[in-house]
Amino acid sequence: MENQKSKLSILTNGLIKENPVLVLVIGTCPTLATSTSVETAVGMGLAATAVLICSNIVISAVHHFIPDNVRIPCYITVIAAFVTIVQMLLQAFVPSLYSALGLFLPLIVVNCIILGRAEMFAGKNGVVDSALDGIGMGLGFTLTLMVMGTIREILGTGTWLAGSWFGLAPASWKGIPILSNFIPGMSIMTLVPGGFFAFAIVMAAVHYLTRDKSKIKNDFGCAGCAMEDSCTDKSACAEKGAA
Amino acid sequence: MSFTKILIIIISMVLVNNYPLAQFLGICPFLGVSKDIESSKGMGIAVTFVMVLATAVTWPIQQLLNKFGIGYLQTLVFILVIAALVQLVEMFMKKSMPALYSSLGIFLPLITTNCAVLGVCISNIDDGLNYIESLVQAFGAGIGFLFAMLIMAGVRSKIEDQSRIPESFRGVPIVLVTAAILSLSFMGFNGMFS
Repeated sequence: MENQKSKLSILTNGLIKENPVLVLVIGTCPTLATSTSVETAVGMGLAATAVLICSNIVISAVHHFIPDNVRIPCYITVIAAFVTIVQMLLQAFVPSLYSALGLFLPLIVVNCIILGRAEMFAGKNGVVDSALDGIGMGLGFTLTLMVMGTIREILGTGTWLAGSWFGLAPASWKGIPILSNFIPGMSIMTLVPGGFFAFAIVMAAVHYLTRDKSKIKNDFGCAGCAMEDSCTDKSACAEKGAA
Repeated sequence: MSFTKILIIIISMVLVNNYPLAQFLGICPFLGVSKDIESSKGMGIAVTFVMVLATAVTWPIQQLLNKFGIGYLQTLVFILVIAALVQLVEMFMKKSMPALYSSLGIFLPLITTNCAVLGVCISNIDDGLNYIESLVQAFGAGIGFLFAMLIMAGVRSKIEDQSRIPESFRGVPIVLVTAAILSLSFMGFNGMFS
């Protein structure tokens, strides 16, 4: 809108430069909860990506008709509708993933990434750009989940890419043995503390790799907060570090 | 509904199934707002309040949805109800309790997108609890959240001086390591109730 960004840069923006989880530090709950294995990580990532793309497209198409002061409830309604659709589709066609994601499937609706992109991007840009942004951000989210899932699965169970893969893998598929021939799995990595540890290591690695660019947020702050635009008291928000 | 049962639900929600530390619910405010004890307290109390209120409203609504056979609208209806509820509470507080509003008010808009609130409403239904049990579970979840926030804020005040932390770990990563160790210690409560 303001400056014609190239379509490619919109698409790649979410992958690395503005990776929602690692750079903006939003959407941490599903990242930690569903990265116990690569399989659930990919499932969660794709489900959220599907919702993100659809809601971005719809919101960018209708945002001219939505009065400004009721836009957040309208966005939430659109997002919730798509989450319900994804929920029903998974329940019908991929019941194993549906039960593996459990509570976190309906909770996609409160995933800050989706509302955040609706507010920061789709509400201000055209349909095509918003769709590309949804794809980029969704893939960035999925990629981060896969990295986390890889670390936790290899350390936790010793294998990589194990699981039924939504019923596509043959029954004999047990994953690629990486560590399981040498040491037993450290099951702590698939439990809650392992999630925090793995995320801390990944974040520290990102800090290390980008240490010269100092683009990385050092703290939780206003950027990425879904309420940023409507926030009445930015100083208080920044002070309280509400993420 | 005996007193022991209420007590068991509350203790298990606070210690064993603590939302941020054992179930990954409400991580964003848990990491973001736990910088100092005062704001942790405010956020914790506001979340507890909204959780109980939201459960009190959404549980009967679910029965209504079930009666009409449209239970699949759960997600959509719940989030809208919570959003409306938070807005109403904010307006009510602003008007009649300005003192309370000035301390809790800024947290309220953030609570709409707090997954712990929607999470407790949905898991109350999934667990098949009755009305009283649901309210107690919501209250326990809120207290557990407050408890975790306060511990976290206390620990974080000790690591304020970051000069002894490796450079890459300053900021977000060290907070995550803290949370990991904290949740490790909370795992000790596992198996308290069978």
